[in-house]
Amino acid sequence: MTGAVERERGREYERERGREREHERILTVRNLKTYFRTPEGVVRAVDDISFHLDRGEVLALVGESGCGKSVTAHSILGLVKAPPAKVEGEIVFGGRNLVGLAETEYRHVRGKQISMIFQEPMSAFDPLYTVGLQLMEVAKAHMPWDDREAKERIIDTLKSIHIPEPEKRYDEYPHEMSGGMLQRIMIAMALITSPDVIIADEPTTALDVTIQAQVLNLMQDLQSQYRGSIIFITHDLGTVAEIADRVHVMYAGKVVEKAPVVELFDNPIHPYTSGLLASRVRREYKGRDLPYIEGYVPRAYEFPEGCRFHPRCPRAMAKCKEIPPPEFEPAPGHTVACWLLEEGDDR
Amino acid sequence: MKIISTRNLKKYFPIRSGVFLQVSGWVRALENVNMEISQGETIGIVGESGCGKSTLGRAIVKIYEPTAGSITYCDPSGASHDISAKIDRRLEPVFRKDVQMIFQNPFDSLDPRMTIRDTIREPLHTHRLLASKKEMDERVAELLMKVGLYPEYAQRYPHEFSGGQRQRIAVARSISVNPRLLICDEPTSALDVSVQSQIINLLKDIQRDTNMALIFISHNLDVVHHMSDRIMVMYLGNVVESAPATELFDNPAHPYTQALMSAVPSWNPKDRKLGQVKLEGEPPSPINPPSGCPFHPRCPRRLASCSKVKPEAVEVSDGHFSACHLHGM
Repeated sequence: MTGAVERERGREYERERGREREHERILTVRNLKTYFRTPEGVVRAVDDISFHLDRGEVLALVGESGCGKSVTAHSILGLVKAPPAKVEGEIVFGGRNLVGLAETEYRHVRGKQISMIFQEPMSAFDPLYTVGLQLMEVAKAHMPWDDREAKERIIDTLKSIHIPEPEKRYDEYPHEMSGGMLQRIMIAMALITSPDVIIADEPTTALDVTIQAQVLNLMQDLQSQYRGSIIFITHDLGTVAEIADRVHVMYAGKVVEKAPVVELFDNPIHPYTSGLLASRVRREYKGRDLPYIEGYVPRAYEFPEGCRFHPRCPRAMAKCKEIPPPEFEPAPGHTVACWLLEEGDDR
Repeated sequence: MKIISTRNLKKYFPIRSGVFLQVSGWVRALENVNMEISQGETIGIVGESGCGKSTLGRAIVKIYEPTAGSITYCDPSGASHDISAKIDRRLEPVFRKDVQMIFQNPFDSLDPRMTIRDTIREPLHTHRLLASKKEMDERVAELLMKVGLYPEYAQRYPHEFSGGQRQRIAVARSISVNPRLLICDEPTSALDVSVQSQIINLLKDIQRDTNMALIFISHNLDVVHHMSDRIMVMYLGNVVESAPATELFDNPAHPYTQALMSAVPSWNPKDRKLGQVKLEGEPPSPINPPSGCPFHPRCPRRLASCSKVKPEAVEVSDGHFSACHLHGM
């Protein structure tokens, strides 16, 4: 018992120190590879990506369907099943490598120290149980609380994210709530254990714009109040501009560009990033054709050789078809995996 | 030339409960919708989920029978017909050929067991447009080229294509019978950003070539603005505002339209704007819609009368209608 209290106190102290230090690295991913064996061949869904997450920041992973952004999240949480999957590389969190961690150990990390918010609130909850019971399940699995205390904490958490009538909500079933309300309950579920990292996988994609605005505001508040770290996964650059501190753009299992958010929007370098930014439907385009990226997103078992974007790239060179580009760093904190930078050409 | 017009169109869905499935209530999906669409025109319908935009599209193609109100259809010869109830048996083939639809999710809207050729040929066959097999195959090849696919793809199955390609196939199928009106229900929402623009350009190109009319249903304001000549904004089954596209975006009159526009992300990290969004709460259920103005419980500018009297649409400027009590003041 005293051990647990000690540990809690120790963690509290660690948190205090974290607030003092500017850039406390909380999660480091090195050379992560997640491959799946499928009848069509080996799918290199995430292929040698590296990134890190500091305390109190929002890191956005942006990309289109099949770029590996969700698989990255699932790999961090140990949710990919091996076999058919094979996870290699390092995911360093809390001083240890999560890759290859035993399932019994993982349970203390997943949902407790790293929690996740899913895209479809309607399918993420079990329709047969009240949301209160489902929140209780998470609380009791990870926290040393008795029923009464757990319920109090749950109601407090619901209150802290401005859910009206939390006591009433506690006893309701998922079908009695709207998608926006359920998404907020899911955020509460992710917060109950005071995790160090929250992974939000397209948390607003299924929501209407006015509700999306409310949920994004809520996440922003949480982040500034609790100094939590968020990995925000989305395909929508509009929401990235609203919430992210740093952005990693992914394409076909690779991170093609990493930059602080302002830098990325002001000075996108990778042709895919600029293509994505140009694909925004602007009001000025009315009456004209919209700019777009040629071709389609390749399927996972037939990623092209060399730079995986080369078949769609307007500036592809001979080299791009053969050798995958290394990362260049044209500005501090801004890296780009594109051969165009080799010549010192940054546009 | 007019194609379709509706007057006070209503669609209520019954809610049945109990052992004898007695009607215990109504989902009021559409309330008194008036609209009109002519050749070559694009009408955009925008609103959040549950606002009735898809129901309106489906009522116009006659997937749903309207509860009240009328739908008038003008056939290619210019004669108008009331199609609110059942369509006349002789008119039905003409109407079905004239009005086509494409759906949101190209993963569900194509039959996985039919080749692309069969999929595109089916409407040609149904309407007996072309006699010989050879003519049909030529037409399929021509349509595939028109939507930017190779004619060789005709013998493949839907699973061999990406979402964007499938949506192109759905477009080819819908235009195969030369419709005069195409209803697009969220045609780009399931697609990747980089592919969305391709489909929008394709629809615009086809419209330029054929002078067909489009009803473009979407929740995405920017896309609707790009596509449409006129836009109707819907909320809980009601059209709260309708105006020419540019006018609507320059001078949104209804508080709901204003709120909707303010909730669109800025795309500019130096000027984040979602923090300023004032809209509270969520749309109420269409089963027990609020009295008076449907938007009043969430409206930042509501007046005492808003909860009592339902506002009528007033013309705030040329061709710009908005249903709000603020305009009468």
